[in-house]
Amino acid sequence: MQRYFISRLGQSALLLIGVIILVFFMVRVTGDPARLMMPREASAEDLEAFREVMGFNRPLYVQFLDFFSGAIVGDFGDSLHFKTPALQLVLERLPATVHLAGIALIFALIIAIPIGLIGGFNPGSVVDTLGRGLALAGQSIPNFWLALIFILFFAVRLRWFPSFGRDEWHSVVLPATVLGLPVMGQIVRLTRSAVLEIRGEDFIRTAYSKGLEPRTIYIKHVFRNVAIPLISVIGVQFGYMLGGSIYIETIFSWPGMGQLIEQSIGWRDFPLIQAIAVFTSVVVLGLNLITDLTYAFIDPRIRYGSS
Amino acid sequence: MNTILQVNDLVTKFYTVDGVINAVNGVTFELREGETLAIVGESGSGKSVTMMSILGLIPTPPGKVENGEAIFTSFGSSHDLLQLTPAELRNVRGGQIGFVFQDPISTLNPIMTIGEQISETLTRHLRISGEEARERTVKLLAQVGIPDPELRYKNYPFQFSGGMRQRVVIAIAIACTPQIIIADEPTTALDVTVQAQIVELFRNLRESLNVAIIWITHDLGVVAGLADRVLVMYGGRIAETASVDDLYERPQHPYTMGLLGALPRMDESDSKRLVSIKGTPPDLLIPLRHCPFAWRCDYAFDRCWEEVPPQIEISSHHKVSCFYDLEKGEPRDG
Repeated sequence: MQRYFISRLGQSALLLIGVIILVFFMVRVTGDPARLMMPREASAEDLEAFREVMGFNRPLYVQFLDFFSGAIVGDFGDSLHFKTPALQLVLERLPATVHLAGIALIFALIIAIPIGLIGGFNPGSVVDTLGRGLALAGQSIPNFWLALIFILFFAVRLRWFPSFGRDEWHSVVLPATVLGLPVMGQIVRLTRSAVLEIRGEDFIRTAYSKGLEPRTIYIKHVFRNVAIPLISVIGVQFGYMLGGSIYIETIFSWPGMGQLIEQSIGWRDFPLIQAIAVFTSVVVLGLNLITDLTYAFIDPRIRYGSS
Repeated sequence: MNTILQVNDLVTKFYTVDGVINAVNGVTFELREGETLAIVGESGSGKSVTMMSILGLIPTPPGKVENGEAIFTSFGSSHDLLQLTPAELRNVRGGQIGFVFQDPISTLNPIMTIGEQISETLTRHLRISGEEARERTVKLLAQVGIPDPELRYKNYPFQFSGGMRQRVVIAIAIACTPQIIIADEPTTALDVTVQAQIVELFRNLRESLNVAIIWITHDLGVVAGLADRVLVMYGGRIAETASVDDLYERPQHPYTMGLLGALPRMDESDSKRLVSIKGTPPDLLIPLRHCPFAWRCDYAFDRCWEEVPPQIEISSHHKVSCFYDLEKGEPRDG
């Protein structure tokens, strides 16, 4: 178990270094940072002065080492737009994003897991048919479009929920629903197929042959095995929601990291973009680590390192 | 010896999109106390479905037991297993009748310790405390020949070899000292040396527990060394039933003869080709109107294509479902 944890931690650290390298060079590939950041009408002297101030006239490897050594300790420099430390700006936005993604995930799981379980145990039933329809809709409707429709219907027409911001307690309802819907669809389908598969396993027949009550079989033998594929998908999806709710946050003017990414790209605020990219990676890597540990907690084959 | 299980005219069908599969077509047999009965037949002959039907283990739908009775006698009282409520049947399964399945890799829950998997049977049927169940589980592990039972209790299935896993499954089967163990091809998935060990374990358990064993297999070699009686199934019906010696010495059914002819023999040194039975197993989608073996039988005559042969008694322990008398070389009278 310890070896497993340490090896996963080491892998995460390597991945993080890779991400930092990628972020640094990808920003450079987009063009001369000085030209991109300065106004169009800036003179050659202004550009040169800017390069001097920002250190862009130094050799690339020096710039990289500078960026890397800063990134490791959480120093990404000051935001060009706000003139304050970039990481601090990101951290200020974090609670709103976690709030949105958390509610969206809880919403998705509360609906998806029961529907998936019922569907898996009674394939072809009314709940199963409705659930599969909902899953298909959730996964295939583009959620930026759904966001606009929800705003039009629930905020403008019915006036049940605010259409933007994070000022009222129920502000989160619309963006969380839209963000959670595709995840819900995926988890309904995954839970359903996992239940169907596990139910057909020989060890479930063994459980019946022991004379166990169906309830005991579901809880002790089916659910725990169904949880294994679910956990890995939930972990990945939550990471995706934390880092990828850019257009949902933008459409609903949700003051989270997604909105900040959208804005900082518009401002060409390179230090801020870099800070967000690296920070999001850290969050996703951390989440994957937690997922792996939970996974090992449930599945002894992982815990004891069997192939 | 008293009969503890009497199965009469069992019929099981599966309703699938392709049509009705006639898996078991009127099976009658009995099992006596402490006896080892081998059920032999090729894949799809209905041997497993017969046993699963009796204990309500066939998936319903598509499966359905349409006819028959299965009188189980234990501690002086008799019940028709097919008439019991699901709850009553659960008390029988794992309690009075234990199961061992074919593939020990997949028959144990991969994420539960083997100790838990054995002791949950004990707590279910004997209504004992967790602590007591644990102690008894450790004893059971020792009884089925697992070294260091105290330590092994906490292990997971993947930490055992195939043979050891099958011992765990056997420990589950005998946990509540059942009157019958149904072993469905318990050695098929194991390699030959391990097979011999598992057969030996069954032999010892039969002695010490005085338990009746129904051994489902297609391996006639194992049957010869273990069983008291043999039931040969073909196309969802019983082709022949006899004591082991009778069956090997005077097979009465052309199918049995074909099976024995397909066995390699150690006493024939010259490399003869093994004889195979021509043709393919019967299509169970076609309802049975005549002898299911007639298609493949060298001795089939008019009557075999007109009626389903009933069980004919040759001697008190030997019955055959065939209109042709192999010994006389002519159709039977009547």
